[in-house]
Parts: sequence; structure tokens; C-alpha cells
Amino acid sequence: MGLSTERIGLYNPAKPMENRITDLGPRHYWQFFPPVIQENYGKWKYHEILEPGVLVHVAESGDKVFTVRVGGSRFMTVEHVREICDIADKHCGGHLRFTTRNNIEFMVDSLEKAEALKKDLWSRKHVSGSFKFPIGGTGAGLTNIVHTQGYLHCHTPATDASSMVKAVLDDLFDYFTSMTLPAQVRVSMACCLNMCGAVHCSDIALLGYHRKPPIVDEEVLEKVCEIPLVIAACPTAAISPSKTEAGKKAVKIKETRCMFCGNCYTMCMALPLSDKDGDCVTILAGGKISNRIHPPRFSKVVIPALPNNFPRFPEVCESVKKILEAYAASANKYERIGDWAERIGWERFFEKCDLPFSDHLIDDYRLAYDTFRTSTQFKYTDASWAVTEAVDGE
Amino acid sequence: MAFEPQEPQKELKYDELRIYSDAELKNYTEKELKNFKIKHDIPMCEDLESGPWPSFVADAKREALHRRKLAADRMMIERDVVEDMLGQLELSFKDGETHWKHGGIVGVFGYGGGVIGRYSDLQVKFPSIAHFHTVRVNQPASKFYNTDYLRSLCDLWEYRGSGMMNLHGSTGDIIFLGTFTEQLEPIFYELTHVMQQDLGGSGSNLRTPSCCIGKARCEWACYDTQELCYDLTHHYQDELHRPAFPYKFKFKFDGCPNGCVASIARSDLSFIGTWKDNIRIDQKAVSAYMGGEIIPNAGAHRGRDWGAFDIRKEVIDLCPTGCMWLEGGKLMIDDKECTRCMHCINVMPQALRPGVDTGVSILCGAKAPILEGAQMAVLTIPFMKAEPPYDNIKAFIEKVWDWWMEEGKNRERLGELIQRQGLPKFIQVLGIPAMPQMVKEPRSNPYIFWKEEDVPGGWQRDIQDYRSRHAR
Ligand code: HEM
Ligand code: HEM
Ligand code: SF4
Ligand code: SF4
Ligand code: SF4
Ligand code: SF4
Repeated sequence: MGLSTERIGLYNPAKPMENRITDLGPRHYWQFFPPVIQENYGKWKYHEILEPGVLVHVAESGDKVFTVRVGGSRFMTVEHVREICDIADKHCGGHLRFTTRNNIEFMVDSLEKAEALKKDLWSRKHVSGSFKFPIGGTGAGLTNIVHTQGYLHCHTPATDASSMVKAVLDDLFDYFTSMTLPAQVRVSMACCLNMCGAVHCSDIALLGYHRKPPIVDEEVLEKVCEIPLVIAACPTAAISPSKTEAGKKAVKIKETRCMFCGNCYTMCMALPLSDKDGDCVTILAGGKISNRIHPPRFSKVVIPALPNNFPRFPEVCESVKKILEAYAASANKYERIGDWAERIGWERFFEKCDLPFSDHLIDDYRLAYDTFRTSTQFKYTDASWAVTEAVDGE
Repeated sequence: MAFEPQEPQKELKYDELRIYSDAELKNYTEKELKNFKIKHDIPMCEDLESGPWPSFVADAKREALHRRKLAADRMMIERDVVEDMLGQLELSFKDGETHWKHGGIVGVFGYGGGVIGRYSDLQVKFPSIAHFHTVRVNQPASKFYNTDYLRSLCDLWEYRGSGMMNLHGSTGDIIFLGTFTEQLEPIFYELTHVMQQDLGGSGSNLRTPSCCIGKARCEWACYDTQELCYDLTHHYQDELHRPAFPYKFKFKFDGCPNGCVASIARSDLSFIGTWKDNIRIDQKAVSAYMGGEIIPNAGAHRGRDWGAFDIRKEVIDLCPTGCMWLEGGKLMIDDKECTRCMHCINVMPQALRPGVDTGVSILCGAKAPILEGAQMAVLTIPFMKAEPPYDNIKAFIEKVWDWWMEEGKNRERLGELIQRQGLPKFIQVLGIPAMPQMVKEPRSNPYIFWKEEDVPGGWQRDIQDYRSRHAR
């Protein structure tokens, strides 16, 4: 049976439940494996990264699989996917895979085939000049930036995702195609505090952030929202019931309590909070999820707000580069950004990265005390001398 | 090994499934693409066409051109959907605000998840994206594909949707971006009947589980991540599609502590492969690393001259537990002190391998910041065998769900419930004893919530009795 055409195809709206099939789950993975993967499943011995973007995995049987990894935009059209299929048909017996970081992996069983594949991939460019399939994203370098939906699909973003990621990756392209960093660097991007994805544990995280409390659309709130649910939705108890002059039920917001999470908007469309001037980009650093050497860690806020300068976000690009370059220059081999920051101390991190420190970077939410320094072990930097000066301590 | 799918899999051949002819697929030239202008003026979007990284705008434009040149009856939603999407994106850049409306509940009959409703707030200006619903398609484990399957999906989505997608969303699904309400049922019908393929999850239910590449191509996988992911996805189809939970719930499967799908940071139940015996050592290969014959860290540091490999500095001194040493040129490990961090194995993959007595550690309660702040998963089960039919794992999952569904407030994730009622309560519900491994350190405040039954004689006392000993 082929895919049907016609407006509604085989579906019969008069009898929607007739012959209905549900709960099939995904297709089974085994059928999608290339033969060399099927034959050596669970019997891999070791692997090596031959050059940026090119891996070889060696099985106990001696079989080898060569993988060429290329960057992909997470947004793809069917035209792009068809081109990916053309490549897989030509070089890889019709098989391919995607990584969790939106890279595409083409697998072949010999080095010669890998060479031909590489040549083909580098030769493909969009008419406007960008590569379609840049090779890289392995080892001690930068891999693809995972991101969320932004202005392409979501109703709560404080910034855009695809454009920011494109701008940052254009700037950091050489780090994607090389392996010159002390360890791997994972950059992630989320367009609001919901953080669909795991940017809160990335080496560098880019986060869209609202800075104005919601506006109350009193005209419709009563009609379109469940007021008790809205009140309960606020984690800081900033929302309470009120009445409009005309006597309609509404809510009021204690603005100084709001930390702009947007949770109330999710519950109630009459409380929008997006705003051209208020929305901004926050940068966090030093997180990771791997258990290697040190346990997983949260990313820490290192830049509270950068402007949303569409479409290329120059301030964001520059800041990410500054952090990355300072890290590359001074971290030890195997040291992730957060390990480095902890070894040299966060006060030195701000100095080396040439980032200002402001009161916005001192935690004032729940459990903030856990992050305060309760010791005389600190390092002198310009920031500490500024405090000394402020109290005439010389 | 048994690799039996739970449903017999019909073979998909693109040539039998396809909608478009070769001529329709190749209906424009490079030159036409160069000269192509979409119907809206989009200077800021077009700025994103330059630079080396693949441009999603350039890609969108070729889909726009392709649709321009297809016959009108060969697309079931508007031809210029891509152009309107780019037009609205341009306007969002200008306004600094999104133009997607809040909410809008749509879906397919009988499912509470799998489709996310979306409407433009500029429907007059951009009528082709007046509806722009997302369909989440449940990806195959580890995201391997063949081209027959992918090409068929492309035809279906170009015919009944926008031709734009995400490979993949952060949760793991294949994401079809943008179609009209009328096409949702036909898409679901074609997916299930023709492609034998189901939707993923969204809403207050089990979200589409996802796993690392595992045994398919990684020597470190300590259990079969694909099989467990597939088995649980099937077993819990009802939970995946029909919202009955307080809020979302995520399973993710990492084959080893390197954590390539970040399960520890973003899943309510995080399954991480581990072992309980000893790291396997090939001393010959250790010598080869020391002698410089094998490149360390699998070549990950090739791009820079870090000097000769120094096993003492790069492995032994970096081992977080200090449980390794050299003895007569041999590498020794005191395995009972090892915390299986993977560092030494990552540095010398040809010399060191995880043990052979393997299973999973289960960690509970990770989530992003909303509502109560970000949480990482807490180590709850140190080791458990993970072998089909996985009854032990299912029994565990169901105990967790029973408690969370009973006690969880609306929109409270598992991790928040554990915070609110306490880890001691959680382990009591699970029927497991406390262990020091659950905490980084014991509590420093002595404000212990003793229970009545903990205290000899209980809490009921008699004031008269007290007074008999103490005058007022
Ligand atoms: C230092 C620790 C780590 C090592 C040694 C390591 C090693 C590897 C290796 C060898 C692969 C390739 C597996 C394969 O495709 O054959 C891989 C894939 C990957 N790693 Fe890691 N990794 C580490 C930490 C991380 C971290 C912290 C993240 C994310 C924050 C991460 C994300 C990924 C992703 C997304 C993939 C692709 C997985 C896939 O193909 O589905 N890794 N890693
Ligand atoms: C109030 C809380 C939240 C709301 C209202 C929310 C809402 C949403 C919405 C509307 C989407 C679909 C985006 C789109 O395609 O337009 C989404 C996707 C997603 N959410 Fe959330 N979310 C919340 C919290 C979270 C949390 C806490 C996590 C993770 C721990 C999370 C992880 C995800 C992921 C992984 C996706 C898929 C994203 C993608 O495709 O990029 N969300 N969420
Ligand atoms: S991070 Fe926020 S804005 Fe971005 S897709 Fe998720 S919910 Fe939407
Ligand atoms: S944005 Fe968040 S903190 Fe602010 S009022 Fe709404 S729910 Fe409360
Ligand atoms: S989590 Fe471990 S087993 Fe899975 S792909 Fe990553 S390194 Fe391999
Ligand atoms: S796995 Fe980690 S803790 Fe164990 S011996 Fe190796 S470096 Fe040490």
C-alpha cells in the first residue's frame, strides 16, 4: 500500500474510529542498522578519532566501521533530508544516523570510501555560500549547538534560537572542524526558562530571558483563565486575586516578586510577558553532565543580560568567544570549562574572561546561602580591591 | 541475541510508497534557486545565509522554491507556507517578539499527546501559517535510519504538511513543523497504516523515551540501551499517549557514565550503565600507550601538541579516587575504590574496558528550572541487572508512578515531589534501605523530623504525670 493522495487520503471522517490503529510505537531499530553494525552489535572493542569528524570503531571480529560526522541545522526541510538520503544511497548503502546533538553520521566500511565521502560532503554548498555538510564535531572541540524552537514555533520565547545558533556557529566554525581545545565543549541554547533540553548543565549555555513582569489583560482574563490555577502557578507567590474598576475578576502582580519564569503565561494567555526591550540573553558556563573525573554540575550565570540584537547577536557571539579563548589558553588537558573555573577560582575566571561581575550574579533565590563564600580563602583581583577602596581600606 | 520487534515489521520500500515522481522531486535548477526571491522582504533572514555554518534560511528557500514549482494539487496545505513562515520570522526579529499564539488544543482522536497546537497571531498577513501544528513522530532508538523510510516521511510531510521539520527535537522525536488541523488525522492514518509508525508524547504523560547509541557502535555500553528503550516505549504506550500524570515524565538511557544523552540532567528516571566487577586491563596495550605507540584519548586531542603522553599525569593523578598505580611497569587498579568515572577508560580505550558483570544505576528526579529550580537526578538504585524482559525495572517504575500519581500536585515533577516530601519518604515508598551513597554528605542541620514510632513510648504523655514530678 502506497502513501495516499487526495485531500484526506484513506482517512474517513464519517467513521473516525473505523480500522483505527494506535499504540504501535516507533519502528524497530534493528532494520535501520547497516550490516556491519548488525554483525558486530555489542562486540565493539575500541574506537579512535582519526581526524576531526572522522571516527573508526573496531570490533572484536576485526571489522571496522568508519563514521563521518557532519553538522546539521536542527531545522531541516524535506529537500535537505532528500539530499542526505542521496549521499547515504551513494556512499553508505542507504543507511545513516543522527546524533542527539543534531549531527548527521554517515558510515562506511573502508578508509577509501570514507575519503570519497568526505570529498563529496565538503563539495556541497548552499547557493548563498554556506556549507551544507561541514565535517567535525568530535573530540576536544566544539560539537553542534543543541537548541529549542524560538520564533520558529514556540509561544513563550524571549529570543530566537535558530538564528542565534547559526550566528554563534559561524563565529566558532573553526572550533567545530578542529580538536584544539583542552576537552570537549558543549554549547546549548534555550529560548526561555523552561529550557526544553538540558542547557542548565552545559559548558556554555545561552538562555533567552524575559525581564518584564506579565501584563494583565483584564478584559479577557476572567473569561479565558482559571484564576486559582494562575495564582497557584506562580512559584514566588507574586500573583493575587483582584477586581477591575468595572468589577470583573482579575489578578494583580506584585512586580518585585516576579522572576519572569513565564509560568503564569503558560497557564493563562491573558498574562503575556514578551517585550522587545525587556527580553535578553543570559549566559551560563561551567556545567556538564558527564561523570568523568568530576561529577555532573550545573552551569552558573556569568553574564546576566545581553541584548537581543537580531539576527546576528554580536554581543552574544563575542562573549562566547571570549570565554572559549580564555579557557583554551589556560586550562589543562582534559579539564572542562567548569573544572578549570573551579581550579583557578571563579574570581579568577571573571578576570581571565574579562567579564564584569555584578550583584545580578550573586544568588538571591532559595538556598542562595549555599553559594556564599564562608572562608578567608580567596584571591585578590581588581574586584576585591574595588571593595577595599569603597571602605577606605586603601 | 534476540532482536525481535514486538510487532512484526513490514518492509518499507520507497518506490512502493512514494508520492512524488523523480521529475517532481528535481523540479528546479541551481540557477533558479540563485535568482529566487520569496514573496516577503526578509533582509534580516537573508543575512543568515552567509557564513560557513549550514544556513537554515538557505535551506528553507529551496523548499519554498520546490513548492512554487509543484502542481497545485500536489500539496494539501498552502504552497507558500515556507514563505509565510520566513516572513513571520523576519517580523519577529523586527518586533523582538514571537508571533505564535498561546495554546490551542488539537490532536488526534484517542491521544492526549503527540501533537502541539500552534496558531499565528498574524493570520491575515500570513494565512498559510494560520495553523502551524507540530506533529511529534516517535524516532527509532538511537536515530539510525534507512533512506527508504526517510524519503517516505519526506513525501508524506511535503504532501500533507509544510515540508519543514526538526531532526530532532530535544526530547528525541522527529518533529514535523507546521500543518493545518484538517490534515492531522490523515497524517496519523498514513503514519500508522502505511508506515507502521506511531506518534511520540507531549502533554502530561510519558514523553518519548530516548537512548544513546549504545551497543550499536560504542564499546562502553554496559547494557542494551536500544532494547530497553524500545521495550519500555512499547510497554508504556498508554502512558505515552493518554495523559494521566500530574505533569511530564521522562526516561532516558545512557549506556555508561559518560552520559551522551544527558539523562542525569533531564529525565525523571535516568538509567545509566555501570558494572560491579573489575575494569578489564590489557597490560600490553597499557605499555603501548606509555611507549607512545597508541594515541591517547582515542585521538580526541589530535589538533594540538600536548607533548608526550604521561600516564602518571594524565591518568593516575587525575583518577578522582586515587585508586590507580604503576607496579613494575604494570597498571594496577584497586577496583573496590573505583567510582567508575570512565576517565581512565576514555583515555586508554584499547587498554581498559568496563567490567563484564554489568547493569544500570537508576537516578531519579532531574528537571530544568521550571518551577522549583533546576535539579539533577539523585542516585537511588546503585546497581540493578537490566536484562529482558526487564520485569525488575518495570516493577520499580510502577512503584515510582504510583506514589507520584497519588501525591504529586498538578504540574509537579517527580524531583519536586521528592524535595517536598523528602528523600527518606521516597525510599520508604520504594521499600529500599537508606545508604550513604544517596547523599554527598550527611546532613549538617540536626533538625530531624522524628516520627512518633521512632521514639520509645510514642508522643502521647500525661501532664498530670509530668506535674507530679515538676511543681507549676
Ligand atoms: C568526558 C566525557 C565524554 C566522553 C569520553 C565521551 C565520549 C563520547 C564518544 C566516544 C561518543 C561517540 C559514541 C559513538 O557515537 O560511537 C560520544 C557521543 C556523544 N556524546 Fe559524549 N562523551 C563524553 C561526555 C559527553 C557529554 C558531557 C555530553 C553532553 C553534554 C556528551 C554528548 C554526546 C553526544 C550528544 C554524543 C552523540 C551521541 C549519539 O550519537 O547519540 N558526551 N561521546
Ligand atoms: C512550565 C513548564 C514548561 C512548559 C510550559 C513547557 C512548554 C513546552 C512547549 C510549549 C514545548 C513545545 C515547543 C514547541 O515545539 O513549540 C516544549 C517542548 C519541550 N520541553 Fe518543555 N515546557 C516546560 C518545562 C519543561 C521542562 C522542565 C523540561 C525539561 C526538563 C522541558 C523539556 C522540553 C523538551 C525537551 C521539549 C522538546 C523541545 C524541542 O523540541 O526543542 N520542558 N515545552
Ligand atoms: S525553551 Fe521555552 S521558548 Fe524555547 S521552545 Fe521551550 S518552551 Fe518554547
Ligand atoms: S512570570 Fe513567573 S514569577 Fe512572574 S508572575 Fe508569572 S509565574 Fe510569577
Ligand atoms: S553514554 Fe557511554 S555507552 Fe552510550 S554512547 Fe556515550 S560513551 Fe557510549
Ligand atoms: S574509572 Fe575513574 S575512578 Fe575508576 S580507576 Fe578509572 S579514573 Fe579511577
